[in-house]
Amino acid sequence: MASENTSTTDTEGTASHGAEGTATHGEASHGEGMAPASGEMHTSTEAAGHGGGEAGFPPFDSSTFPSQLVWLAITFGLFYYLMSKVVLPRIAQTLEQRHDRIASDLAEAERLKGETDEAIASYEQSLAEARQRANDIAKTTRERVQQSIDAERAEAEAGLAERAAEAEKHIAEVKAKALGEVDAIATDTAEALISALGGGKVTKAELSKAVSEARG
Amino acid sequence: MSNDPIHQFHINKIVPLEVGGLDLSFTNSSLFMVATVAATTGFLMLATSGRGMVPTKLQSIAELAYEFVAGMLRDAAGSHGLKFFPLVFSLFMFILVGNLFGMFPYFFTITSHLIVTAALALLVFGTVLAVGFMRHGLGFLKLFVPSGVPGWLLPLVVAIEVISFLSRPLSHSVRLFANMLAGHITLKVFTGFVVSLSSLGVLGIAGAVLPLALAVGLTALEFLVAFLQAYVFAMLTCMYINDALHPGGH
Repeated sequence: MASENTSTTDTEGTASHGAEGTATHGEASHGEGMAPASGEMHTSTEAAGHGGGEAGFPPFDSSTFPSQLVWLAITFGLFYYLMSKVVLPRIAQTLEQRHDRIASDLAEAERLKGETDEAIASYEQSLAEARQRANDIAKTTRERVQQSIDAERAEAEAGLAERAAEAEKHIAEVKAKALGEVDAIATDTAEALISALGGGKVTKAELSKAVSEARG
Repeated sequence: MSNDPIHQFHINKIVPLEVGGLDLSFTNSSLFMVATVAATTGFLMLATSGRGMVPTKLQSIAELAYEFVAGMLRDAAGSHGLKFFPLVFSLFMFILVGNLFGMFPYFFTITSHLIVTAALALLVFGTVLAVGFMRHGLGFLKLFVPSGVPGWLLPLVVAIEVISFLSRPLSHSVRLFANMLAGHITLKVFTGFVVSLSSLGVLGIAGAVLPLALAVGLTALEFLVAFLQAYVFAMLTCMYINDALHPGGH
């Protein structure tokens, strides 16, 4: 870790140094370029001729090729080495760790969700059981109450029927007794009427016979 | 201000150096190669030093670049291609940053020299050849024999395939080189117009508005080109690597 840090500062150091060097160098070469340009005025053919005096069109100036190739090999080689050995593994590791972390977090979330679902299911099951039990209790209570009501009603009805029968019997007796006395009253009344009317003597037997005949 | 649009491509020695008769001087080109590598490496090192689970802004940029190039390579060459990821990533970043450095005034554009782009293209070409023959032996030559071509047409098709294969490093390198060169020359010419016209008095200043506007637009376009050419170079590299890995895959 420490060595990496120092190498980072090193490269930064060269970078800033490089930028400074460039600026000053750019100024310098620009200054040199000014002299012939101002001397010969600004015709581009002359300017090109000035360049041509050195080596022609710079990208095709083969005298600079070895230097460019060597420095390209050095810099790009170093760049490739640093990328493949330090920077890219670092980024790959970070990305992989993040990927793993996200995957494990997702798995954990999945597991917790499963637990929640389980808890909900068991809660609902016990809720259903409780409801069932409540229903059962209500049903048995209802049945028991119904039974006792039925029993009481049957008892009450039985009592009532008995009393009704007694009452009917009593009524029938009273009625029979009353009816039995009707004949005697009629006979007495008839006897009293006959004697009051002075219609002679009538025997009791004749009277009751006549009453019963009249009653049909 | 020198109006010569070619002046910006001159290579100047900073530290003269000669080894075995070869001029290996440290030049402005070398300086910008070093600067490109140093800036890019420094940035990526700094950005990734935290290795945060939640990335910082800088780290996001580094990861974005990583996944951009990795996605490009995976799409073009499949997961086998990821073995060449460091190469493609290095090429992409090196060219991208080199191109973007070239957008600064007075800065030297390393990719505006054919020898640099040619060297990079040949590096890719050599890698493709080496990998192709190492993995498939002579089977790599199947690359030149597309399947489903009638026999009598085959010699012609194979000849065309061979020629197009051999011209790859040429087009690969010239595309980048020519884009950067032409873009910088155009920019320089238009800004040169602005300077020379505005020295001609009031009328000239009025006339300089158009090239100035063009120069502004071109600058934006050149930033796009700087990115696009790095992308194209890396993309073609991915496709060539795909050929090396799957020569029969036409």
